Amino acid sequence: MPDYSWPPMEKRKMIGKATKRLDGPMKSTGRAKYATDLNQKDLLHAALLTSPHAHARVVSVDTSAAEKIPGVTAVRVLSGPGTEIQWQGTEIAAVAATTEEVAIDATTKIKVQYEILPHLVKEEDLAKAGPRAKAAGEQTKGDPDKAFQEAEATIDGYYGIPVITHCCLEPHGQSIEWKGDHVNFWPSTQNVSGIGGDLSQNLKVPATNIHVTMQYVGGGFGSKFGADRWGVECAQLSKASGGRPVKLFLDRATELMIGGNRPSAYAKVKVAGMKDGTITGWQSESWATGGFGGGGSPPLPYVFDVPNQRKNHTAVSINAGGQRAWRAPNHQQACYLTCTAIEDFAAQIKMDPLEVFDKNAGLTQRADVYRAQLAKGAELIDWKKKWHQRGDSGSGNIKRGLGLAVHTWGGGGHNSQCRTNIHPDGTVELELCSQDLGTGTRTIITQVAAETLGLPMGAITLKIGDSSLPPSGPSGGSTTVGGVSSSTRKSTVNALEKLFEAVAPSLGSPADQLEAVDGRIQVKGNSAKSLTWKAACQKLGVNKISEMGANDQRNPGGLNSSGVGGVQMADVSVDIETGIVRMNKMVAVQDMGLVINPKTAESQIHGACIMGICAALMEERIMDEQTGRMLNAEMEFNKLAGIGDIGEIVAHLDITPEHDKRGVIGLGEPPAISTITAIANAVANAIGVRVTNVPLTPNRVLEALEKRSA
Amino acid sequence: MSKVSSKKNPDAPIKPKNGFSRRGFIRGVGISSGALGSGLLQSTATAAPAGTAGPGAVPVTLKINGKPLNLTIEPRVTLVDALRNYLDHTGAKKVCDRATCGACTVIMDGRVVYSCTVLAIDAQGKDIQTIEGLAANGKLHPVSAAFVNHDAQQCGYCTPGFVMAAKGFLDKHRNPTLEDVETGLGGNLCRCGTYVGVRKAVLEAAKEMRGGRNA
Repeated sequence: MPDYSWPPMEKRKMIGKATKRLDGPMKSTGRAKYATDLNQKDLLHAALLTSPHAHARVVSVDTSAAEKIPGVTAVRVLSGPGTEIQWQGTEIAAVAATTEEVAIDATTKIKVQYEILPHLVKEEDLAKAGPRAKAAGEQTKGDPDKAFQEAEATIDGYYGIPVITHCCLEPHGQSIEWKGDHVNFWPSTQNVSGIGGDLSQNLKVPATNIHVTMQYVGGGFGSKFGADRWGVECAQLSKASGGRPVKLFLDRATELMIGGNRPSAYAKVKVAGMKDGTITGWQSESWATGGFGGGGSPPLPYVFDVPNQRKNHTAVSINAGGQRAWRAPNHQQACYLTCTAIEDFAAQIKMDPLEVFDKNAGLTQRADVYRAQLAKGAELIDWKKKWHQRGDSGSGNIKRGLGLAVHTWGGGGHNSQCRTNIHPDGTVELELCSQDLGTGTRTIITQVAAETLGLPMGAITLKIGDSSLPPSGPSGGSTTVGGVSSSTRKSTVNALEKLFEAVAPSLGSPADQLEAVDGRIQVKGNSAKSLTWKAACQKLGVNKISEMGANDQRNPGGLNSSGVGGVQMADVSVDIETGIVRMNKMVAVQDMGLVINPKTAESQIHGACIMGICAALMEERIMDEQTGRMLNAEMEFNKLAGIGDIGEIVAHLDITPEHDKRGVIGLGEPPAISTITAIANAVANAIGVRVTNVPLTPNRVLEALEKRSA
Repeated sequence: MSKVSSKKNPDAPIKPKNGFSRRGFIRGVGISSGALGSGLLQSTATAAPAGTAGPGAVPVTLKINGKPLNLTIEPRVTLVDALRNYLDHTGAKKVCDRATCGACTVIMDGRVVYSCTVLAIDAQGKDIQTIEGLAANGKLHPVSAAFVNHDAQQCGYCTPGFVMAAKGFLDKHRNPTLEDVETGLGGNLCRCGTYVGVRKAVLEAAKEMRGGRNA
């Protein structure tokens, strides 16, 4: 079997080199065509009519007026009479028309009668959830009662982290052309290889007849895997309109209501421990909602496997849009509920939390990694100099504080197949049906191929985003980089072996004594006996080389692995007169195995921290108890941080020979986990009191301060 | 609703943003449009043509990147929809559709505007620059090049709007400080979190443009 292992660190020329993303110029000139940008010939536009009610029964739907509007080509009812609606934004009907304006007009002419039913849209007050709350049953470990009896110190805290929405800038949707027995599908998706199969099942069209293409996607973050109901209906509208292509994307309000969200999590937590910082007991009563289907079950206590535990979790079903995977599902919540409580425990015993986290590192699966990362983070944020006892931040209205949190993630490589074609004219083509979410997938695949083949990146043509190419897994769980880098490595090594076989006679050397270096095929270590890449490929005659390589998730052969740790620290200033929290600095220390492109890796960490700042300081879905409606289904009050809100961000890529030996590990998710908690802990440190719920809006900060003075 | 200040000095009092933030301007409109210092959109509001058009489709001519383009649209069609749905200029993106996020940013008569909040018929007679016109000769504009150099883009959906906002900002502020950049580009939002790269990119582009290259 050929040797697929990664070249040694010191010998790499492309892998590990900070490289500009290949599709950067396409994006920064506006030429990158996203699914929303494709205007096919004879394109029709579709619009959805959605339910304004959180809980209702559809009594009647009258589409006759809509059907008569000139330009309308098809009207479909999705939720007919008798349908029980369980959340606002549920699709009631869909219209296709010659223009977007006509399609939207037509939806307003559809008359729907509802029988309005009682709703539950808020879950923080568990007592009001009644039968909508389902307890999962108690879990215990060790002897929690004894641990609390023998504890030298305990804390009793309450913490809450709300539902937030994915808010992908490119909304969910697609164009579809269903002509005869063939379907052309142009979705906005994280799953080009798999989404056609999902549509196929719903349309009863053979999967072989569905062709999916997508070159660019405007954000997914875990919310864009399936064909979805709007995909299926878009296809039906196309069929009903004589096979013309139809474009259907969610408008912003609908996107925020039904396009995916991160479940909430609330908990009453007790921590027991010793005055030296040792944590001995954990007790939590937690609850969460992921919408009507319930959901949200954070793994508690997070990272630290406290020896004595008692846990009760309750899932609450509410009348609001359903959860979807959200960049590190359940981990942000678990991190928040755990690392806030540990910080409060540290404050209770008046110990530096850096020492408490370090002291308890033995309870984690990677004590040495976390200890080293805590030290590195502390150095980068100047912890020893800047940290003070909780609330001991001097006079004046601006209070400064530091906080930290830790996280973990898997990130093994998904199944992926790659084909490498080497043509007799020397051109090289790589084919795999993956997708580049903006993580730099195109760039890292090309770096790996260039490394293996000894060619410049510009000599390699990469084809992704087309379902006729060899399949790769969906981009979720931080599994893409491990999967595609490994399949690319194997495929290019296999193709190169074939090339060696073809040129061996000309170089008078056995094939296994050849190497590809700097655009030449040569006898190992002897550049005098060599051929240029082009001359070598000419030896192929008229036949191209076409070789596959596959990554098997269960057997990655050392090319990729999973399991990382990270530490983040925040430095904030809080104005105790206005309640405004401002970021001074974030430090993110992250281990990630072998790093193919430090430039895009660093961007991932920066972006993850900024997402965390949004969620820590401003983002939340606000539901109205009276009407059952989402009050901020737009982007003015469903807030994201702007460029002036983020402070300094320092990403430390933990690149070491030890981590490198583990192979490639995904990075998309881990650094998105602990930012929120590090900031919340920094605010507590600054103002001397815990603000129990994020986001840390000025009103919450002022309320917490008021309680302290009361 | 309050917001987070962008002030850099950690010990300085935290005050709301003012100055030339478009985002601040738009926010303020609902409260008191008379008391605002920005004025970036004011002239377009007062310069709307008199008379009525519609409700049916009417012929409209838009001067885009120096070329007059004819289309027939209903008067209610916004500039971003006209660009995207009728002229296949899809660089500008429709994201919030409510003048919050800046993904639809174009430059109109030298002013940076949200094209989701301008009616196409009101844009007649104006000089409209879209991102499609920025690299017309095939060479990257210094702003686009700086975005690539500093990886100021991930999914890239907000990028065309950011590039146009940066270009419009730098046309008027040739030697900005970091704080100026943060305020001047406060009207554009990114979900992937590319602001670290954007800050560096805009400062580098300012330097390049001062050097006179392709400015």
